[in-house]
Formats: sequence, structure tokens, C-alpha cells
Amino acid sequence: MNTVLQFNSMTEKKINWSETLLTGLTLFFTVVPFLTVILILIQVLVQGLPAISWTFLSAAPRDGMMHGGIFPCIFGTVFVTLIMIVMALPMGIGAGIYLVEYAGQGPIVRVIRAAVNNLAGVPSIVFGLFGVGFFILFVGRSIDTVLKTGLLFGQPCMLWAAATLAVLVLPIIIVSTEEALNAVPQSHRQASLALGATKWETILNVVLPQARGGILTGAILSISRGVGETAPILFTGAAYFLPHLPAADLFGVIPMVNPASQFMSLSYHIFVMATQSIDPVKTLPIQYGTTLVLIALTFLMNFTAIGFRIHFRRQQEKFSH
Amino acid sequence: MREQTAALSEVKIQSKISEQETLLNPTSVLVETKDLSVHYGTNLALDQVNIQVREKTVMALIGPSGCGKSTCLRTLNRMNDMIPGIKISGRVEIHGLDIYAPNVNAVNLRRVVGMVFQKQNPFPKSIFDNVAYGPRLNGLKNRQQLAEIVEVSLTRAALWDEVKDRLDKSAMALSGGQQQRLCIARCLAVNPEIILMDEPCSALDPIATAKIEELIYQLKKDFTIIIVTHNMQQAARVSDDTAFFYMGKLIEVDETRKIFMSPSNKQTEEYITGRFG
Repeated sequence: MNTVLQFNSMTEKKINWSETLLTGLTLFFTVVPFLTVILILIQVLVQGLPAISWTFLSAAPRDGMMHGGIFPCIFGTVFVTLIMIVMALPMGIGAGIYLVEYAGQGPIVRVIRAAVNNLAGVPSIVFGLFGVGFFILFVGRSIDTVLKTGLLFGQPCMLWAAATLAVLVLPIIIVSTEEALNAVPQSHRQASLALGATKWETILNVVLPQARGGILTGAILSISRGVGETAPILFTGAAYFLPHLPAADLFGVIPMVNPASQFMSLSYHIFVMATQSIDPVKTLPIQYGTTLVLIALTFLMNFTAIGFRIHFRRQQEKFSH
Repeated sequence: MREQTAALSEVKIQSKISEQETLLNPTSVLVETKDLSVHYGTNLALDQVNIQVREKTVMALIGPSGCGKSTCLRTLNRMNDMIPGIKISGRVEIHGLDIYAPNVNAVNLRRVVGMVFQKQNPFPKSIFDNVAYGPRLNGLKNRQQLAEIVEVSLTRAALWDEVKDRLDKSAMALSGGQQQRLCIARCLAVNPEIILMDEPCSALDPIATAKIEELIYQLKKDFTIIIVTHNMQQAARVSDDTAFFYMGKLIEVDETRKIFMSPSNKQTEEYITGRFG
């Protein structure tokens, strides 16, 4: 009797409402962020594309920034990001290598790890203020005092903006480097050491080649972050309007970026156009156009880096199965 | 005629035995531990071990899991140094030189004392680059010389014929047994005097195991080999001397045939006959 009942309840087809509801809810939560991204992209594309023209991309703003292009902003963003990555990448990789390969598990190291993780959670405007206080007023002014250069380093410029951004993205690079290094099997390190390699030779010849892809992922993420940040460069080097490019001729001949100059930046330009221009409504096309360029630039940098990563992974895969 | 053949074969057997005898005769001691003790934190892993390994012989370290045999092996090329909280006391002498003396460089030591690990661990590089890794560390760049070392090492590791046509292919594509022989070749390429093997066959099938054992027999002519093994038969087959460890103590060390035929210690006998462990 009892078993028959159980059998019946087994074959019964009943909709489990709570189950269905929860599944639907999780699906909904998955779709929302996806749709948000799509909507933003569509909005930016539709509104921004008409503003894009050769002049827009290649000329400087004019007529009180109501017309003209945004070339100085593109230039500034690209180079400040490049300087940032040149500063942050070696330091972040170095710190990651130290934490994984040398530091061990002492209390000091645990504090350092916690600090790195907390650094990633600090609001970016705090980094901006730190940049002013530390890089410009302390480091910059000190250099000026020591080198007797007057007021050259002790003021906002591309160098300090890049340095501030570098501090901001440092945790991203450190953490992804740590993860990439931890993914390399311990047995490979042991094999290398047992062959008479020093620790450093082991890191260089065995560990880093395998960790390249993961480290590059950190670089990609940090570039994406650095390109779009506004607050850290607000006080440390971004200019409201700069008619000339932050470039100078080295020894009067070799053209190069002048990191001691201020610069215009895409993200800051959007902010300026939207809040401080003469007529924020009339500049809407410029705002959208600039946004589109910024997003495109981020994607371009990302895809380049992703291309590198795929290349490395292919190279790695050739030897890993 | 028949008698003659019988007599001949008897002579052969005799000479083979005497050859064995000479092999078993004490030659010069190459590796010697003196009251070697190892602590992991407060945990005593190895308790006053005294072993002598003769030149160009195979010493097998046997015993149940956690008995200290691997710890003992790894003190011989100072691979234990990096373990946090480890304390090593006593002496380990190679050619009479204490390898834990402050003026001894562990990196240089490991070029004399090579090691083959339990799980085959080739680098995710080409077969060539795997074998050439050690020589390149030593600064050798000449492609011709490297190629020579790679060929000699692979030949010695009985792998050359199987891989000579695909030296630039990934080492990871080799079978488990081939990978382990590659690891042995990689170790031989730095031309060590002593080779430590930490259960080199534990991850291999019987055929691959037989090949490695055959290889060990060949390598004995030129190298001194110390091998940790869980496999009694393997110890009996490949080694000249056997050391039996139990609970961090060296219970008995003697010629392998004595250990297996007439162990003087009861624990050894019980372990070898499979009553525990």
C-alpha cells in the first residue's frame, strides 16, 4: 500500500513553483547586465557616430570648444595610459613575483597582501588627491628644490597623472601576476632547481614563460581601467583646454611626448563638456562622439592585448599537451 | 660434448658470480651521512641516520610511507632547504666534504647531485630544450655542442631512438614512461656524479617501469644512484645496497641480498615479507 503511494507520487508531474521562480530570477539577473551593456553601446553608437568625422578625430577643439575635434584628447589619453603601463607593469610584476616566489607566509607578508587587496577598493578620487599630495607637492617639489629647476616638476603634468594611474592599477597587476605564478606547477620549479638553476634562473626560464598569458591579462584589465579613469587625473595633470599637444622636440630635433606638460584627456573632456561647457546641450554630439572614441580606444587596446595573449597561449599550447 | 657445454656454462656462471662479487665488494664511499637528523618544526622526521653509499652502486631506500626515506633523499641535494621550519643537524658528506658547510653553494651542489622526481615533470618546452636546459644554465650556447649533449644524454637515457625525429616537438606529447626517461636525460645532461630518484616508477605502467629499471642498471656503470622505492621487488632487482627506514629511524642497511635473504632485524623481515607497511 505504502509503496504504491510512493510510486504514484514519483510519477506525478507537478510544477515546482519555487524552483521555477528561482531559475527565472537568476536568468533575469544574468540578462540585466548584458542588456544594460548592449543598451549603452547602442545609445553611444547611434548618438556618437554622426559626430565622428576626420576633422573630429584629427583637429583640436575651437570656438570655445563648441566646434572642432578631439585629437589632443586622444593623444593625451593614449600617452598617459602608455606611460602608466610602463610604470605600473614592471612594478606590479616585480611585486607579484616577490609575494609568490620569495615572501613565504609571514605576518608582514599577510599585511602586505591585505594592503594590496584594500588598495583595489580605494575610491579613485582618493588616488587623485594622493597624487596631488604625494607626487606633485612632495616628490615634484622636492625634485625642483634639489635640482633648482624652479617650478617644473612640482605642478600637475602628464608624468604625475600617469604615476597616479599607475598606483591605481597596481593592485590589478599584482593580483593577476600572483594568480598566474601560482598556476605554474611547483614540480616545474623543483625540476629546475634540481638541475642547478638558481631561484631567479628558475623564475626567468620556467615560471615566467608559463605565466606570461596570465600576467598579460592583468595588463589588459589595468589598461582598460586606466584609459577610462577621470578622478585620478583631475588634479594631477588633465587640462581643461590645451591648444597645443603635450609634445616637445628633444634637443630641438627628435619629436617626443613631453611628460612635464599638462594634457587633454578623453574621459576628462566628456566630464568638461557635460558640466562646464558654455552650453552642455549644444555640445551633446561632441560628448557622444568623445564617448564613442573612448570606448573604441579601450576596445582597441583590449583587443591588441588579447591578441598577444592568444599568441602566447598558442605558443604555450604547442608545448603543453 | 655435452659435458663440455655444461662445464662451460658453469664457468660462465662462476665468472658472472665473481663479477657480481667484485661489484659487491666495498669500493670507495662517495656519500656518507653522519648522525643526520631532520626536524619539520617540532616533528622529528629523520633520527640520527648513518648511511654510506659506495661509488657507482645503487642504494635503495625502502620503508612504509612517512618513514623518512624521501626526506633523507632530499637532504642529499639540499632540496629540503626551502621548506619553512626545517632543521637539519648532523653531516652529509660527499667526497668527504660536508655539503651543509656554510661555504657550500646548494646551486652548485645540485649540478653534482641530480634528481629525478616521483611524478615525471618535463617542462612545457620542446624535447631538445628540456635536455638542453641544464647545459644552457651553465652558459653553453653553441648549438652544435648542445646538440651533442642532447644526443648523448638521450641515448644514455635509452630515449634517443624514440625521439630523434621530433626533438623540436613538445615534451608533453610523450608517454609517461618516455617523459620520465626524458627527465633522466635532462638530469644526465648536466653530468652529475650522483643521481637521486624519488620513486621514479610510481606513476608508470609495468613496461615503462621495466625500461627504467633496465636503465638504472646501465647507468650504474657511470653514476652513483640512490633510489627511494615502495616496490620491494624493484629494490631487490636494481639495488646493490638497501636501507630500511621506519618511523624516521634507519633500522637496517646492508647489501641488498642480505637484507632480502637474511635480514638481521625483525622489523625489516616483517616489512620485506609484507607483514606490515
